[in-house]
Amino acid sequence: MSLHAINDFVVRFANVNGSGSASANQLFAKSILRMGVPATPRNIFPSNIQGLPTWYEVRVSEAGHMGARGGTDLMVAMNPQTWDKDVDSIEPGGFLFYDSTKPARDLRSDITVLGMPLTDICNRAYSDARQRQLFKNIIYVGALSALLGIESEVVETLLAEQFKAKEKLIAPNVAAFRLGRDYALEHLPCPIGLQVQRRDKVGDRIFIDGNSAAGLGSVYGGATVCAWYPITPSTSLAEAFMRYCKRYRTDADTGLGRHAIIQAEDELASIGMVIGASWNGARAFTATSGPGISLMQEFLGLAYFAEIPAVIFDVQRAGPSTGMPTRTQQCDVMACAYASHGDTKQIVLFPEDPHECFEFAAQSFDLADRLQTPVFVLLDLDIGMNERLSAPFAWDDARTLDRGKVMTAEDLDSGRPFGRYMDVDGDGIAYRTYPGTHPSKGAFFTRGTSRDEYAKYTEDGAVYQRNMERLLRKFETAKQHVPRPVRRDAPEGARYGAIYYGSTAPAMDEAVEMLAADGIALDLMRVRAFPFHDDINAFIASHDRVFVVEQNRDAQLRTLLINEGDIDPARLIRVLHYDGTPITARLISTAIAQTINAAKIVPLRKAVP
Amino acid sequence: MTFLAKPKLHHPSAPTNALGLTRRDYEGAISTLCAGCGHDSISAAIIHAVYELGLPPHRIAKLSGIGCSSKTPTYFLGTAHGFNSVHGRMPSVLTGANLANRDLIYLGVSGDGDSASIGLGQFAHAMRRGVNMVYIVENNGVYGLTKGQFSATSDRGSKNKKGGENVDSAIDLAAMAMQIGATFVGRSFSGDKAQLVPLIKAALNHKGAAFIDCISPCVQFNNHVGSTKSFDYVREHNEAVNMLDFLPDRREITADYAPGTVEVVKQHDGSLLKLRKIHQEYDPHDRVSALGYLQQHTAAGEIVTGLLYVDPDAQDLHDHMQTVSTPLNALDDAALIPGSAALAKLNAALR
Repeated sequence: MSLHAINDFVVRFANVNGSGSASANQLFAKSILRMGVPATPRNIFPSNIQGLPTWYEVRVSEAGHMGARGGTDLMVAMNPQTWDKDVDSIEPGGFLFYDSTKPARDLRSDITVLGMPLTDICNRAYSDARQRQLFKNIIYVGALSALLGIESEVVETLLAEQFKAKEKLIAPNVAAFRLGRDYALEHLPCPIGLQVQRRDKVGDRIFIDGNSAAGLGSVYGGATVCAWYPITPSTSLAEAFMRYCKRYRTDADTGLGRHAIIQAEDELASIGMVIGASWNGARAFTATSGPGISLMQEFLGLAYFAEIPAVIFDVQRAGPSTGMPTRTQQCDVMACAYASHGDTKQIVLFPEDPHECFEFAAQSFDLADRLQTPVFVLLDLDIGMNERLSAPFAWDDARTLDRGKVMTAEDLDSGRPFGRYMDVDGDGIAYRTYPGTHPSKGAFFTRGTSRDEYAKYTEDGAVYQRNMERLLRKFETAKQHVPRPVRRDAPEGARYGAIYYGSTAPAMDEAVEMLAADGIALDLMRVRAFPFHDDINAFIASHDRVFVVEQNRDAQLRTLLINEGDIDPARLIRVLHYDGTPITARLISTAIAQTINAAKIVPLRKAVP
Repeated sequence: MTFLAKPKLHHPSAPTNALGLTRRDYEGAISTLCAGCGHDSISAAIIHAVYELGLPPHRIAKLSGIGCSSKTPTYFLGTAHGFNSVHGRMPSVLTGANLANRDLIYLGVSGDGDSASIGLGQFAHAMRRGVNMVYIVENNGVYGLTKGQFSATSDRGSKNKKGGENVDSAIDLAAMAMQIGATFVGRSFSGDKAQLVPLIKAALNHKGAAFIDCISPCVQFNNHVGSTKSFDYVREHNEAVNMLDFLPDRREITADYAPGTVEVVKQHDGSLLKLRKIHQEYDPHDRVSALGYLQQHTAAGEIVTGLLYVDPDAQDLHDHMQTVSTPLNALDDAALIPGSAALAKLNAALR
């Protein structure tokens, strides 16, 4: 029996890298959004520029589930290299759309096969090789619109918007779209069991990737210096900053830029420049991924110990070493939280989606200046490089940038004592001065060696220890400044809780619904920052057991929770996923249900006869 | 080193410069280096140069890496901010600082281990970017703080204190700087104040990447017979190509010189470099021939010193990047935040 579903299915495009499919696939996803139905695309791509397999998956979900689901209901198989695996991966009752110029034989009998001679059609319609290639993609979007009930006006409007600047291209693209649509209407069994029907479930949400959002957030956060080294999957973050600076930070009269962006020679130089700029009073950041974090370790210790602000975006990918550069993981939590040798503790933020990427990016610069220390913003490939439906960006024009404790020439002249590492306010944060502030007061020597409250070199153990204790006090202060965790309890409360963070959020949201349907109640706590707020310890204390759901092998956040909160490890149960694909609600709910059932704990609702 | 701090009081008749400051106002803490260290002479030359130029010391930012040489910024310009960063990474920290505030003067101090070994990459990239700075390498061919290992600028065949011979080729940082884009390159000797001070002055007034390779013998570990960086060896093999006088402005040229013996070079800020030629054929504006000259004479065992290369019309990193004239660290919220209206417009385009 073939699948029947309205606004709730997964379409997967199997393409060849570099064939121009990306924009056609994005057009497909956007057309569903424009019909008011939430859709979540994900690129699954190789570490390669041309010729290797790449997939684009679109999860259509009227219920608004945005995590990866797993499985494919409709496969658009455009890549002969991966044909066998692609066909095998279709759910029973699902659909296969393919280029039947060369008809396939002996296909699965439990799926519906939709063949369309795309190459033939293109060869007849176009003579230019590149056009044949590019329009083939638009033609299949046309066919899919007919099969799935996507309104042609929506797609044509999108094409007009896409080519607004190159108007000549609108008509040929619309023609290709119609060519595919008309062919499908005439030759294929339209509509199939999977249908998109117009709804109003998208609202005012925007569609953007996390890296772009973080780049924009850095503009709003007042960053002026960006030093970076290209590395997947973080490159598009620095490039977005460049793009938005060009738009928002170019002086209208002179054409000069209110920003400085340097592609450095490596990650060491990137973080060195960030530290030099921040030391000198500019807001600066770098964007990198795991291997870059490894390279930056020495400098990160300097910034921690010498107390220099810095913002580091780490768009995580699967490690260790080069790992899987184009696959997602949350595997740098420990490397960032305790970055560098010696006793260190660093500030780490965990945004869940592009909206928070923007928010946390902007906030991270205030935090870095306020706390005079590095701040890590941990994205991952899943939210960094995929467009995601998220709440619109917001900015309060009354908001000002918090530069933290900086003494000016007037402050120095007023007779206020200045000791660079003196804790005058009791919060562990000392005052600093920018270089060049005053002819005779406020200068100090910044160094990675130990020093006293007046920044004078010392190897006196007591002075050293006093400083290390102050740094702990500062870290305690940080708890009140970083984003608070978000707690969401089951309606009647629950004995079990789950802690999660970052890109796991949509899968967790869905999993909790699936579990609830099975009678398993779960309270949720989404961690948004390290140091951990006291709310998190309270949450753990108030539940029998707490699942810690994360996307790495070694349960890194769990380790951090145990270490920082002196928590009995038996109370925290690992739920892990780390094969490089985004975590799914199915995996989370299955793991949690199995543990609870194995513990022979009768779910509350079922205990009642 | 000495443990006797100098008295803070100045002699009432001590001469002052244009800012009314005495030379003492440009000093720093007492040096903790070995007595007779060449590096202390370089610190003294820096103090001398900055004092005579009448620069406000607090408008200079001193940056260094790790090593004996990198300790020295504590010993001069005590009212300036300093940054003793990590080993070999001063160039990136200085670059970042320069990006943040283009109005300060950046003085990078490094050593041969710091710049030619661990930091060779950063050294090279700071030069090719044209960061507006003075970058001085206090070059003694040896690791002092770890007691006497060869560095990457040690000449092949040079002997260490125990008689061991260096078998690796030497890196010539001055030649490298010229090749990859530094726009002011000089080489000098810590024992030749008359040559070094004008070079530092000219470098401070140069817009762009100014590099000075200053041979600075290590009295403790590299000043013996068989070393090619000892005081005696450097004096015997020093081949100055020119003598430089630095003149803040044109009015100071009074004397007449025989044609062809003196060249006056005007830098972007109007300052003048008066070059007395010692080797007539040496042209410090021709990068290619200067490099050839350098290599020929190095092969002959000579240490070529003087102003080796200058491009008086050089541009710096900020020119290349077209940044605004206001230092980036002085831009206010209005100049930085696009605001809610721009964001609403952007949101609309993302639906």
